[in-house]
Amino acid sequence: MKNVYGWLLLTPAAILLVGFTHYPAVATLIDSFFTTGTVVRPSKFAGLANYASLADDPIFWQVLRNNLYFAAATIPTSIAIAMLMAIWVNDRLPARALVRMSYFTPTILPMVAVANLWLFFYTPQIGLLDKVGAMFGAASHNWLGDPSTVMACMAVMTVWKEAGFFMIFYLAALQSLPPELEEAAKVEGASRWYYFRRVTFPLLMPTTLFVLVNATINSFKLVDHLFILTKGGPDNASNLLLYYIYQVAFSFFDTAYASTLTVVLLALLAGMAIIQFQLIEKRVHYR
Amino acid sequence: MSEIVLEQVTKRFGPVKAVDSVSFRAEQGKFVVLLGPSGCGKSTLLRLIAGLEDVSEGRILIDGADVTRLSPEKRRVSMVFQSYALFPHLSTAENIVFGLKVRRTPEEERRKRLEHVAEVVGLAAYLDRKPQELSGGQRQRVALARAIIAENRICLMDEPLSNLDAQLRHGMRVEIRGLQQRLGMTVVYVTHDQVEAMSMADRVVLVREGRIEQEGSPEELYAKPATMFAARFIGTPGMNLVALADGPGGAVVRGSADTLFARGGNGLTLGVRPEHVGLVEAGGIRGTVTSSEYHGADTILTVKVGEETFLVRAPGQLAHPPGSAVRLGWKPGMAHLFDTASGRRVPDGVL
Repeated sequence: MKNVYGWLLLTPAAILLVGFTHYPAVATLIDSFFTTGTVVRPSKFAGLANYASLADDPIFWQVLRNNLYFAAATIPTSIAIAMLMAIWVNDRLPARALVRMSYFTPTILPMVAVANLWLFFYTPQIGLLDKVGAMFGAASHNWLGDPSTVMACMAVMTVWKEAGFFMIFYLAALQSLPPELEEAAKVEGASRWYYFRRVTFPLLMPTTLFVLVNATINSFKLVDHLFILTKGGPDNASNLLLYYIYQVAFSFFDTAYASTLTVVLLALLAGMAIIQFQLIEKRVHYR
Repeated sequence: MSEIVLEQVTKRFGPVKAVDSVSFRAEQGKFVVLLGPSGCGKSTLLRLIAGLEDVSEGRILIDGADVTRLSPEKRRVSMVFQSYALFPHLSTAENIVFGLKVRRTPEEERRKRLEHVAEVVGLAAYLDRKPQELSGGQRQRVALARAIIAENRICLMDEPLSNLDAQLRHGMRVEIRGLQQRLGMTVVYVTHDQVEAMSMADRVVLVREGRIEQEGSPEELYAKPATMFAARFIGTPGMNLVALADGPGGAVVRGSADTLFARGGNGLTLGVRPEHVGLVEAGGIRGTVTSSEYHGADTILTVKVGEETFLVRAPGQLAHPPGSAVRLGWKPGMAHLFDTASGRRVPDGVL
C-alpha cells in the first residue's frame, strides 16, 4: 500500500492509454482472425481466412499501389523542398520572418481546409488551373475526375502542405550548425554547393531521418483530403489504405476485414520504420 | 614574399566603428600578434584580412597586391578558428585534407602531404578518429594541420589556445612558434592573453577600441609603454600607475610626503612595474603593507603609499604582516611618467 499515491497519479494516464491505444490495438489483431459478427450469425474464429481474402482483393492491391505511389511522390519531393526552403530562409535576407511565416502557414491549416482550397484550383472550367490554362488556349480538364491525373493532384497538394512543416526541423538543425564551419570552408575555397554536399547535407542527416520517418507515416495516415476531394474515386483511382479501411469498416460494416487491413497497414509501417532506421542509422552522424 | 599591409582600414557595423583606420605591416616570416581586451576589434581585424568581412574603407595588400575586394580563397591564406571549426562528421584525415579536396589536388599528393603534416603535428595515430573522439589539444592540432597542409605562406589564427587548459596552452605556444619558424610562415595571431603575445610575437600590435594603441617588439611594449593603457595591459600584474602631486620639495605620490624628484607632480602619473619595485632599508618612499599574496616563487605585496596603492612583486615568501611599515625603492631607469589627462608617455628626460 506504500505506493498507492504513485498508482493514483498514474491511473488517469494509464486508463486513457490502455482504453484508447493498447486495448484497441490488441482487439484489432484478435478481430482480424474472426468473422464479422451480426445479430443472426455471431462472430466465430476464421483463422487466416480474412488474410486470404485480402490477398484476393483487387481493390486492396490497387489501394496499396496508390499508397506506394503517393508515398514515392510526396516524401522525397517534400523533403527536398523543405531543405531548400530552410537553407533559403536561414540566410540573411530582407523580410526573413515574413518569408519563414509564409512557408510555415500551410502547416497550421487543417487538411480539410487545404483540400477545400485546392478544390478551387482543380475544379473543371471554373477552377484556377483551368482558368489559367484557358488563357493559353488549353482545353478544360477534369483534374480530379481523370484516373490518370488524380493521384498527381493529390501529391502536389500534400507536398504543398507538408514541406513547410519539415522546413521548421531543417531550419532548427541549420541554426545549430556553428557559422565558423562555413567560414572555414570558405577560406579553403569551397563553393556553396560543395559545402552543402560535403558538410551541410551530412550534418542534416539526423534531421532527414526524423523527417523521413514522419513523412512516411504521414503518407499512410493523411487521408482527410479524400473526404472532400474524391472519396477515393474515380473507381478507386485515388483511394488510399487508411481511407479504404474507413470505407470497409463504416460504410460496408465489415469490421473483421477492416481489422485485417489495419493489421497489414501497421505491419507495413513498422517494417518501413525498421528498415529506415537500420539502413540510414549507419550513415547518420549524431553529435 | 608573403607580406600583409593594412592601409587606413576601417570597418563599420552600422554606426559602430569596430576597426578605426588601422594601418600596420606584417613582414614576411614574422609572427605578429594582435593583442587587446575582448571587444576591441582585433578579431574583426583578422576577419578583414581573411576576407570574411568586407572592408568599409582602406586597403589590404598581400605581397603588394590589393586584395581588399577579393574573396577569401583567392587570398591564399589559412585560418585557425577559436572554436577550431572542425567538421564533426569527418575524420581527422578528411578534416585535414578538406581544402586539398576542394582544390582537386591529386590523390597521391594528398596522401603524401597528409602523411607529412600528420607527422609534423603529431597526429599520425589519430587520423581515423572523429573530432569528438579527440581531446582539446588534439583538436587544436587538427585545426593547425588543416591550416598548414595548404602550404599557404600566410596563416591567420584567432585565439587558437583560448579553449585549452593552462598547461596545454604553454606546450602549444612553444609548438606553434616552432612550427611558424620552421615553415617560415607569416602569422597574424589574435589573442587577449598578453603572456601569449609576449612569448610568441616578433611584433605586437596592441589594439584598443578599434585603434592601434602601440606597436612594437614585446621588449619595447614592456620597457617603453607608450600609454597608460599599454602599461597596465602588459605584465602580470600590470604596471603600478599612481597619481603624483606637488610636494614641498618636488613631486610626491599623492598623499605621501617623500619627494620623488625635483619638479611639480600635478597632472602626472608615475608608472613602475611590480617586479621593479623593491623593499629597501633606507631612503625610498614609505608605505604600509595592506595585504600579501603568496604565489610560490614570489609574493605580491599590496602597499599603501599616501592615497595610492603599489603592488610589489618580491621573490620568495616574505614575512610582512598587514600593517607593517616598509620602504619602497626602484632603479632610476625603471620608472615611467605619463600625462594623466592624455594617458600618453612623457619623454624620459624629465625623470
